[in-house]
Amino acid sequence: MTASDFDWKPLALVPLLALITLPLVGSPSTWLTLTVAGLAMGMIIFIIASGLTLVFGLMDVLNFGHGVFIALGAFVATSVLGAMGDWTGSDQLWRNMVAVLPAMLVAMAVAGAVGLAFERFIVRPVYGQHLKQILITMGGMIIGEELIKVIWGPQQIPLPLPGGMRGSLLLGDAAIEKYRLVAVAVGLVVFGVLAWTLSRTKVGLLIRAGVQDREMVESLGYRIRRLFVAVFVVGSALAGLGGVMWGLYQQSVVPQMGAQVNVLIFIVIIIGGLGSTGGALIGALLVGLMANYTGFLAPKVALFSNIALMVAILLWRPQGVYPVTNR
Amino acid sequence: MLNRLLSGDYPRSKLLAAILLAVLLGLALAPFLFPGVKALNVAAKVLVFVVLVASFDLLLGYTGIVSFAHTMFFGIGAYGISVATTRMGPTWSALLVGVGGALLLSLLLSLAVGLFSLRVRAIFFAMITLAVAAAFQTLASQLSDITGGEDGLTFKVPEVLSPSFEPFDDPFLGVAIDGRLICYYLLFVTAVVLVLALLRIVNSPFGRVLQAIRENEFRAEAIGYRVVVYRTTSSVLSALFATLAGCMLALWLRYNGPDTSLSFEIMMDCLLIVVIGGMGTIYGSAIGAVLFLVAQSYLQDLLRLGSEAATSLPWLAALLSPDRWLLWLGVLFVLSVYYFPTGVVGRLRAAAAHRPG
Repeated sequence: MTASDFDWKPLALVPLLALITLPLVGSPSTWLTLTVAGLAMGMIIFIIASGLTLVFGLMDVLNFGHGVFIALGAFVATSVLGAMGDWTGSDQLWRNMVAVLPAMLVAMAVAGAVGLAFERFIVRPVYGQHLKQILITMGGMIIGEELIKVIWGPQQIPLPLPGGMRGSLLLGDAAIEKYRLVAVAVGLVVFGVLAWTLSRTKVGLLIRAGVQDREMVESLGYRIRRLFVAVFVVGSALAGLGGVMWGLYQQSVVPQMGAQVNVLIFIVIIIGGLGSTGGALIGALLVGLMANYTGFLAPKVALFSNIALMVAILLWRPQGVYPVTNR
Repeated sequence: MLNRLLSGDYPRSKLLAAILLAVLLGLALAPFLFPGVKALNVAAKVLVFVVLVASFDLLLGYTGIVSFAHTMFFGIGAYGISVATTRMGPTWSALLVGVGGALLLSLLLSLAVGLFSLRVRAIFFAMITLAVAAAFQTLASQLSDITGGEDGLTFKVPEVLSPSFEPFDDPFLGVAIDGRLICYYLLFVTAVVLVLALLRIVNSPFGRVLQAIRENEFRAEAIGYRVVVYRTTSSVLSALFATLAGCMLALWLRYNGPDTSLSFEIMMDCLLIVVIGGMGTIYGSAIGAVLFLVAQSYLQDLLRLGSEAATSLPWLAALLSPDRWLLWLGVLFVLSVYYFPTGVVGRLRAAAAHRPG
C-alpha cells in the first residue's frame, strides 16, 4: 500500500475526538490528564483486542472465549509478582522492570500454551461453522473461568503496582500517572511489532496471502494450518499480556474479568473492522478516550458512550473503519 | 384435536413422546408428586425456563440468529411486573399494566435492535447484542429510583396468588391448597399455552421461511422473501415471549433484581439448555430445561458427596467442590456441541427415523 491511497479519515477521528472535547472539559490540564489516561486505557485494550482481531480476521474464527486468556495472564502475573516481592516492593524503576518483565513473559507463555490446547480441543472441530464456534468457545470460557477459580480461588486478588510505577509526573498543572505512560509505550511496541511483521516479513506475507487464498498458498508448499495455529497462539499470548496490563491498571484481578472486558474488546474490533490491526488500534483509542471523557463530563452516560460510538461508526462505515475486503 | 394443538409437529419418536408426556404430567402434578418447597421452586423455574428457552430457540434454532440480548427482554418482563406492583400495589390491574408496559417496551426495543443490526453480519449482531445487554444491565442497576438498583424490588402479588391465601381448611390429597399452588398452576397454564403458541408459529408458513433463511439466506432472498423483515419479526416475537417468561418469573418469586433476571449467567443457561435439548425443536427446550434445572439444583448435592469422598486428593476435591458445578456443565456443554450437535431431541428423532416401522 502506498502512502497516497492510505485511508487517513479514521485515523483523524482520534485527534478530532480529543479536540472536540477540549472546550467541553474546559481546563487544559484536566483535559491532558484525561487524554493520557484515555490513550493508556486504549493501548491496553488494543493489546487485548489485537490478538482477537487477528484470529477473527485471519482464521475466520469467532472466539468468544478470548476473555479467558486475559484473566489467565492476569492471574499468572499475580503469582509471579507475588513470588518476587522484594523486587516489586522496591522504588527503583529498573528493579520493578526486572519483576514485571518476567511476569509478562510468563503470562504470555502460559496464555499461549493454553491457547494451543484451546485451539486443538475446542476450536479445531468447528472450523467453518460460526454458530458452533460461538457456542463452543463460550463453553470453553466457562471451563477456563471455573478452572481459574479452582487454581487461584474465586475471590478478588490484589495486584499492586510496583513501587517505581506508582505516582504521577507533573506536566504543567496536569498530573500524569507513570503507569499510563508505561501502558502507552508497551502498546506502541506491540502495534509496531505486529504491523511490521504483517507488512514487512515473509511470515506476514504468507499470513495475508493465506487469508486471501488459502489453497493457492498451500499449493505453493506452505502449511497454512500451522501458521494459523501459530497466529492463534500469538493472539492468546497477546491477550495474556493485555491481562497483565489490565490487572495492573485495575490493581486487582477477578476470575470474571475476562467476561467483563469481552464487551469492550468486541466493540473495539467491530469498530476496527474485524481483522484489521490498524482498525483495532483506532477503535481501542477511541473507546479509551471516549470512556475517560464521558466518565468526567457525564458519568451517567459513560456506559452507553461506547455503544453510541459503535453505532455511529457503523452508520458511517457498516463494515468498520478498515474493512477486511475479502469477506 | 391433538393435531391442531401441536400444529402437526409431533415428537416423531416414541421415546421422545413418552419423555415429553412424563415431563408434562410431572409438571402438572408437581405439587402432589414432589412435596417440599425446593421441589416446587424447581418445577416453577422449569416452567419459566421452558418458555424463555423456547422463545430463544425461535431465534437461534429456527432463524439462526445468535443474540445475547435475550435476557434483556426477560428482565424487562420481570421488571414490568415488579415495578408496576410496587407502584400500584398488589392488584390485578397492576399486573395487567406491568405485563402490557413490558411487552410494549420489549416490542420497541427489539424492533430498534432488529432494524439496526440485523442488516449487518451475524457476527456483528451477536456482539452488538452482547454490548446492548451489558448496557441495559448497568442501566437497571443504576436507575435505583425505579428498579431498586442492586438490591432489587420485593413486592406483593394479588391476594389470591400469595401464600397467605388459604380458601379451604382441609388439605386436598395431602397438600394444602394455598395461593402459592394457585400461582403455580397459573404459571403452568401460561407455559403450556405459550409453548403451544410457539409451536404454532414455527410450524406456520412464516416459520418455514425462517428455517429457509437459517439454511441459506441468499437463496431465501432470491426466492423473493424480504430477509430483513422476517428476521426482525422473528426477533420481535421471540422478545415478546421472553418478556412473558420474565413476567412469570417475577410473579413466582415476588422479587426481582439485576442478578435474578438480567445476569449474563441466565443467558449462558439459555444457550446450554437450547444446545442440550436440541436446537430448532421447541420440544428440546422443555427437555433441556428439565435436565438443566434438575442438574443445577441437585448436581451440587452430588458434587458435595464426591468432594467429600476425595478429600485425600486435594486437587480432585477442589475440582469436585459444589461451587464448581458450572465447570462440569461447561465440559458437558462442549462435549454436547462436539458429539451431540442435534441435542437430545435430535438424537431421539434420528434414532426413531432409522428404525423401520
